[in-house]
Amino acid sequence: MSRLTPSFSRMGLAAAALASTFAILPAAQADGVVNVYSYRQPDLIKPVLDAFTAETGIATEVLFLDKGLEERIAAEGANSPADVILTVDIARLAAAKDKGITQAVDDADINEALPAEYRDPEGHWFGVTKRGRVIYASKDRVADTDISYADLADPKWQGKICVRSGQHDYNLALFSALIAHWGEEKTEEWMKGFKANLARKPDGNDRGQAKSIMAGECDLALGNTYYVGLMMTNEKEPEQKDWAKAINVVFPSIDDSGTHVNISGMAMAKNAPNRDNALKLMEFLASVEAQKIYAAEVFEYPASPDVEPSDIVKSFGALNADTLPLAEIAAHRKAASEMVDRVGLDDGPAS
Amino acid sequence: MQETSRRDTASGIALPARARRERHPVAFVLALVIAAIVLVPVAVLAAIAVTGTGADWPHLARNVLPGSARTTLWLLLLVAGGTASIGVTTAWLVVAYDFPLRRILAWALVLPLAVPTYLAAYAFGEFFHFTGPVQSAIRALFGFQTMRDYWFPDIRTTGGAAIVLSSVLYPYVYLTARVVFIMQGRNIADVARTLGAGPAKVFFRILLPVARPAILAGVALVLMETINDIGAVEYLGVRTLTFSVYSTWLNRGSLEGAAQIAMLMLVLVLGLVWAEQWARRKQRFHGARATQMKAKPPRVRLAGWRAALATLSAMLPVLAGFGIPLTVFGDYASRRLDQIASPALHAAFVNSIVTAGATALLTVASALVVMNAARLSRTAAMTVVSRLAAGGYAVPGTILGLGLLFALTRFDNTLDTFARDTFGVSTGLLLTGSAGAVVLACTIRFLALAEGAIRSGLEKLPRNIDEAARSLGRPPLASAREILLPLLRPALFTAAVLVFVDTVKELSATILLRPFGFSTLATHVYENASRGVVEDGAIAALLIIVTALVPVVLLSGALMRDGDAAL
Repeated sequence: MSRLTPSFSRMGLAAAALASTFAILPAAQADGVVNVYSYRQPDLIKPVLDAFTAETGIATEVLFLDKGLEERIAAEGANSPADVILTVDIARLAAAKDKGITQAVDDADINEALPAEYRDPEGHWFGVTKRGRVIYASKDRVADTDISYADLADPKWQGKICVRSGQHDYNLALFSALIAHWGEEKTEEWMKGFKANLARKPDGNDRGQAKSIMAGECDLALGNTYYVGLMMTNEKEPEQKDWAKAINVVFPSIDDSGTHVNISGMAMAKNAPNRDNALKLMEFLASVEAQKIYAAEVFEYPASPDVEPSDIVKSFGALNADTLPLAEIAAHRKAASEMVDRVGLDDGPAS
Repeated sequence: MQETSRRDTASGIALPARARRERHPVAFVLALVIAAIVLVPVAVLAAIAVTGTGADWPHLARNVLPGSARTTLWLLLLVAGGTASIGVTTAWLVVAYDFPLRRILAWALVLPLAVPTYLAAYAFGEFFHFTGPVQSAIRALFGFQTMRDYWFPDIRTTGGAAIVLSSVLYPYVYLTARVVFIMQGRNIADVARTLGAGPAKVFFRILLPVARPAILAGVALVLMETINDIGAVEYLGVRTLTFSVYSTWLNRGSLEGAAQIAMLMLVLVLGLVWAEQWARRKQRFHGARATQMKAKPPRVRLAGWRAALATLSAMLPVLAGFGIPLTVFGDYASRRLDQIASPALHAAFVNSIVTAGATALLTVASALVVMNAARLSRTAAMTVVSRLAAGGYAVPGTILGLGLLFALTRFDNTLDTFARDTFGVSTGLLLTGSAGAVVLACTIRFLALAEGAIRSGLEKLPRNIDEAARSLGRPPLASAREILLPLLRPALFTAAVLVFVDTVKELSATILLRPFGFSTLATHVYENASRGVVEDGAIAALLIIVTALVPVVLLSGALMRDGDAAL
């Protein structure tokens, strides 16, 4: 052994390091725990989960994963530790149900707290918060803010619109809603006009679009409501307050049906090992207390009609939400994604 | 077989392949086991691809693939050209010439390796944005008000993405090219110069051909990093094949279609690798060993504008690939210094180091076994297996991770059922429930890096060096340990550093396979990026860069010492 070279003794260290890595085990399915698999970023749901733990004494474990969550739960099968699934997009909730990784929940408290249009008819998923997909319009350059989604294809906006990738969840949900209302043919015509009006190739995120309006790159952009609240109150990057100041929030309508609204939602995992705790968490998320936290901390619209949005969100004006059932919107997602490719929306305006 | 027998002649060993393999049964079987494990995720992907109906293809063929394939090829071409020219030029400058700051720049040129592509893309995007320092300065200088008053190149294009990726990936080429220039280049160059060849002729006719295998090996790594990148291209709005893989899977619900595109990409990459091998099938450069050189030929000392130009040329890549990310994230971090005390960040830091350390050692050990077996057996089959195993590097991380996830959970659940039926106890999710899955995934992903470094180390050694020891009566394992390992130590160290650094930066497979409560620095940054506030991940981003920096600096220093010892 004395003839071992340094690299061999280092390999011994390696084995020890490896062994210690394997020793880090997941939170077991112990009593008093609920395991959350989340598409939502942990910081966003932490205030609500902390309140839940304070009230019930049940600890929460969160696994954040935004690509492959459904596949992971399905692959884990009967041994999956997942109790509750949280997502930010209706299509992801629908996909979870289609993949057979959720179970139906019929709970009087939840059904009473959340309106039917934000619940799966079979009880597999529930909308917890709402966000409007609205238009950010330049305060300086757009005087008439009576703009509908259909107007975005009007040639008068040529070279004046910014948007993030058409393949992003939020845009796909909007396009799916348009398909649900207008049919594929009309929506595709609209998308071609919308594409022709773009100021540049779609990129960045929703906040970046507000920044681009401030920079004078474009006059209109599509974005979610809560980002405006987050920018207005960003003390760490006060620069973002200027981005928010540069825009007005415009609530467009799909014809006369209202503004497209997406949800963040919850579902119970099919093989939830802590079913009772999971149900308690879901009841809590639907409760007035949790809905208030969502409204105050992340500027979303509470799904419960009994809770008011925050003052900042109310200052944008009244949200008149499209009442088309979300399940119907989710069904058009594939068609919307193919349409984005077919039209070449992400290639930007024809040059 | 023709290949085998020719190589045998070249190495001067007359034994047929079969007889030699029988003499190394342990080495060979071990290598096959490793290769089999490494091939599992790719095999699962292939199986998923085969189950697909092909229903996605009319849409893919008409609306998606022509564009994304074109974009991918352009990007690969531009990044290959960019990294090769930056890497080779800077390597040759610091080896052959003396100019101000040369010693510092020689190791600083490796620094961009510590910056993940997704952070570089974000930093470049901010730095060159309308509100960033560059355009703000231009506006202040010329009195412009809005974006419409002047023209500024857009970083969010294929060309821009190529600049971003080249800025942080060129060190792969720089490292490999520098080693060759130090070991062989200058001696050959000196000989050529004494025979009357001019500097340009020496460089293009002598040095480039000699360094070509090393340069191409570096470029191959760069191209695989480019083709599997999703973070940078997504942020910059560049629709590559990898982007199509994700949109096919996530937006159109077809994992089969996504796997089919991924397999196509794999074939493309393996084709490139084989084409490169085939192109240099008859070339072998056996340079003099560095230790044989006694004289230390002086570097050509540059003066005046030439010196300034040399300093500037070697400094620019460092400023771009390291300076810009450091400036942008340093600025954000300066407003969030309170985060340094966060226990979550400490845990992520420790997890990153432990995961990367374990991965580096496991990967280097595996690569050593596979490459040694490939060297000993020299059969086409073993070469194919080692190549195919390395192909995992070119597959988008999440897709590779999914392949592994399906295999591991199948194993876990089968074991659990068996244990319940037989012993009445549940073993649960044994592998997927632990961070071991992350280590395994990164090992599989980065085996190509380690294989590449070890291969170039082995290529520098005479083929029959340990055969000599064995013919003198040492058993195979002893001769490998006493002869091969000490000689390979620089290569093993390089391999370990490359894998460590890439594991610290790794995001997509880690986030998919990690257990509850397990964060690394990369997942910490991503969690913030996913809600549109990369700024809040700035401290973690800097920690990634610093964590990767330490081994990178050590590596650079080690190579410098080797180089200087040789000169």
